[in-house]
Amino acid sequence: MNVAVAKTTTGATLDGTFAAARGRLPGTGPVTETRQRAYDEFAVGGLPTRRVEEWKYTDLRKLLGDVAPLAAAPDQAALAEARKAVAALKDGDTQKLVLVDGVLVAELSDLAAGNGITVHALSAVLADEASAARADLLLSKVKDPMLSLNAAFATDGVIISVADGTECAKPLQIVHVTTKSKVASFTRSLIRIGNKAKVTLVETFVAAEAAKNYQVHDTTVIWVGDHSNLQHVRVMEDALDAASIASAVVTVGAHSKFNTFSLTNGGHVSRYQSFITLAGEGTELSTNSIHLLRGQQHADCTFVIDHATPGCLSRENFRAVLDDRAHSVFQGKISVHQIARQTDGKMMSRALLLSDEAEIDNKPELEIFADDVQCGHGATVGALDDSLLFYLRARGLPEKEAQSLLIQAFVGEALESIVDDDLRDVAIGAAERWLEARA
Amino acid sequence: MPALLEVKNLQVRVEEREILHGLTLTVNAGEVHAIMGPNGSGKSTLSHVIAGKPGYEVTGGEILFKGEDLLEMEPDERAAKGVFLAFQYPVEIPGVATMTFLRTALNAQRKARGEDEFSTPDFLKKVREVAASLNIPQDMLRRGVNVGFSGGEKKRNEVLQMALFQPSLCILDEMDSGLDIDALRIASEGVNALRSSERAMVVITHYQRLLNYIVPDHVHVMSKGRVVKTGGKELALELEASGYAQYEDAAA
Repeated sequence: MNVAVAKTTTGATLDGTFAAARGRLPGTGPVTETRQRAYDEFAVGGLPTRRVEEWKYTDLRKLLGDVAPLAAAPDQAALAEARKAVAALKDGDTQKLVLVDGVLVAELSDLAAGNGITVHALSAVLADEASAARADLLLSKVKDPMLSLNAAFATDGVIISVADGTECAKPLQIVHVTTKSKVASFTRSLIRIGNKAKVTLVETFVAAEAAKNYQVHDTTVIWVGDHSNLQHVRVMEDALDAASIASAVVTVGAHSKFNTFSLTNGGHVSRYQSFITLAGEGTELSTNSIHLLRGQQHADCTFVIDHATPGCLSRENFRAVLDDRAHSVFQGKISVHQIARQTDGKMMSRALLLSDEAEIDNKPELEIFADDVQCGHGATVGALDDSLLFYLRARGLPEKEAQSLLIQAFVGEALESIVDDDLRDVAIGAAERWLEARA
Repeated sequence: MPALLEVKNLQVRVEEREILHGLTLTVNAGEVHAIMGPNGSGKSTLSHVIAGKPGYEVTGGEILFKGEDLLEMEPDERAAKGVFLAFQYPVEIPGVATMTFLRTALNAQRKARGEDEFSTPDFLKKVREVAASLNIPQDMLRRGVNVGFSGGEKKRNEVLQMALFQPSLCILDEMDSGLDIDALRIASEGVNALRSSERAMVVITHYQRLLNYIVPDHVHVMSKGRVVKTGGKELALELEASGYAQYEDAAA
C-alpha cells in the first residue's frame, strides 16, 4: 500500500497532474524543491474529508471529487473574453491587477509603480534566479492541505508592496477572471503594507459567460505594519457550477485596523478561509461576511483568529441567506495566547433560511490561555418573520419584493461595514443581483 | 355606483374555530363607521380579513370593494386598490429605513395601478410636508421602521402612511390602544384631516373615548361574531353607560 498517493474521489492520483503541470510552473532550484515539498505535504492526506476536523463540514473529497487539470495560459480569445468581463465590472476608480486563468495580464492591468506602491508578477520573481528568497514566497506559517496544494501549483499572482506612510489614493483591486471550462487555476498574491499606511484592497472573482465547471485555487498573504489601516473587500461571483478554494493568511502589527468584508453568491462549492494573526498590541480587527446561496450551493466561511498580543479587539459578523437546498458553513475560532491579556473577541453568526431544506452549520471555538479576557460567540437561525411580511404586503409590496426588502435589511449591517461608498455599492449590487435572480 | 365596502354574511374560521358567523356591513364613501364590541367579539378578525392577513379561512359570504371581490386579491393588490389597515400593533422592521420603506411601498402601489413612480425630490417633499403636519421629526424617518418608536410615534407613523398613500378605505384597528391623551389627540387630528367625501373610515375600538376625537356617522356593536346593533353616534355613549353585557345575551 502506498500512503503517499494523493487521494481523490476517482481514486486517481494527482501525481500525474502535478508532473504534467511542472513544466509550466515558474521557478527552478529551491522553488521547485519547495513546490515538491508542498505537494508531498498535500499528498499525505489528499483532498480533505470530513474526518479532518477543520474540514468536517466541507468534505472536498465528496464535494470537489478531483482537482481539475491546470488551465492553459490565456490566448488571444481568452484575453478578449477577460476584457469583456472586466469591462462589465462596475467598481469605480481602482488600480486593477487582472489575473486571467491564473496568469497576470499586463495589458489589462495597471502595474505602474509610484506613490509608494510597487507591483510585481509572482511568476517573474519566482523565476528570477538572482532573488535569493524567492522560494519563501511559497511558504506559509499555516499548515493546511489546500494551502499546500496552492503552493505546489501556483502559476502567478501579484506581489504588492506599500511603503511606510503611504496613503493609497485608489483601491488596489485584484480581479480573477476564468475563461475556460473544466480547468483549475492556482494563484497566489502577497501584499506587504508598511507602517502608518492606509490601503484599500479589493478582490473580485468573476468568469467569462462560457466558463463552466472550473476551479479557482487562490491564496492571499498579507502583512500589515504598525499604525496602519487596511480595508479589504472581497466579492466572489463565480459561475454557479464553479469551485473556489481560497485562503487568506494575514499578520497585523500594532495599533492598526484591519476591516475585512466578503460576499459570496457564486460557486457550487466554495470555501474562504482566513487565518489572521494579531501580532501587535492595540490592533482592531473587524470581519463581515455574507453568504447568499440557492440551489445546491455549498459555501464555507472559516476564520481562525490568533490573538498573539495583549489588548487587541476582534469582531466577527457572519450572515447567511439560504434558499432551496443551499448549505452554508461558518467556523470561527478565536485563539487567545497566554500573553494576550485584555483581549476582546466576539463572533456572531446569523442565518436566514428561506426554505425548509436549507442548512447552516455553525462551529464556534474559543481557545483561551490568558486571564482578563472577554470572548463570546452567538448564533441565530430563523425564517422571515410572517408578521413583518404581512405588514409590508398590506402596504402594497408584492411578496417577493417584501421578502427582498427584509433580506436586504438582514444583510444590511454587514454591507454598511464597507467604508468606501463605491465599494459598498459594488457589494450592494452583488446582493441585488442575487435577489433579482431569485424573484 | 356600488358601495365602497360591502361585507355580506361573512363567515370566518381560524383553525377549527368559527370567529365570524355571518357578518354584514355596508360602508359608503364619505362615511365614518365605528365598530365597537367586547374583547373576542371578532372586531380585529374583521379588519384582518379585509386586509388579507393569512391564517383566516373564509367559509361563507363575500367582501366587495368598489364592487370587486376583495377575497380574490393578494394583500398588496388590496393596498394598491385603496384598502389601508392601520395596525393595532405596528411591527418594527430593523434595517429598513422608514424613508426607504415609504418610498418602496408608495411606488409599488403606483406601479400596480399603472401610474408613474414618484421622483425622489417629489417624494421627499411630500413626505416632509405630511410629517411636519403630524409632528414627526425628520430623524424618525431615517430610523428603521418603528424601531425604538414610542406607542404614540408608531400610531403617528401609521397615520403618516395613510396620508401619503391616500387610500379610499381606512380601517383603524384599536388606534387608541397604548396611547395617552395627547398622543391620541395628535393621531386623531391626523385622521380627521383625511376625512373626505371620497374616503370612508372604519374605526374599530373597545372604548367610546376615541369617538370623542373621531366622530362617527354610524356605530355598530359586534358581539360573538355578528353585528347585533347599529345606530348613530349616540349609541357609543349609551354603550359607555350600560356596557356590553346586554348584547352578549342578544347574540347568544
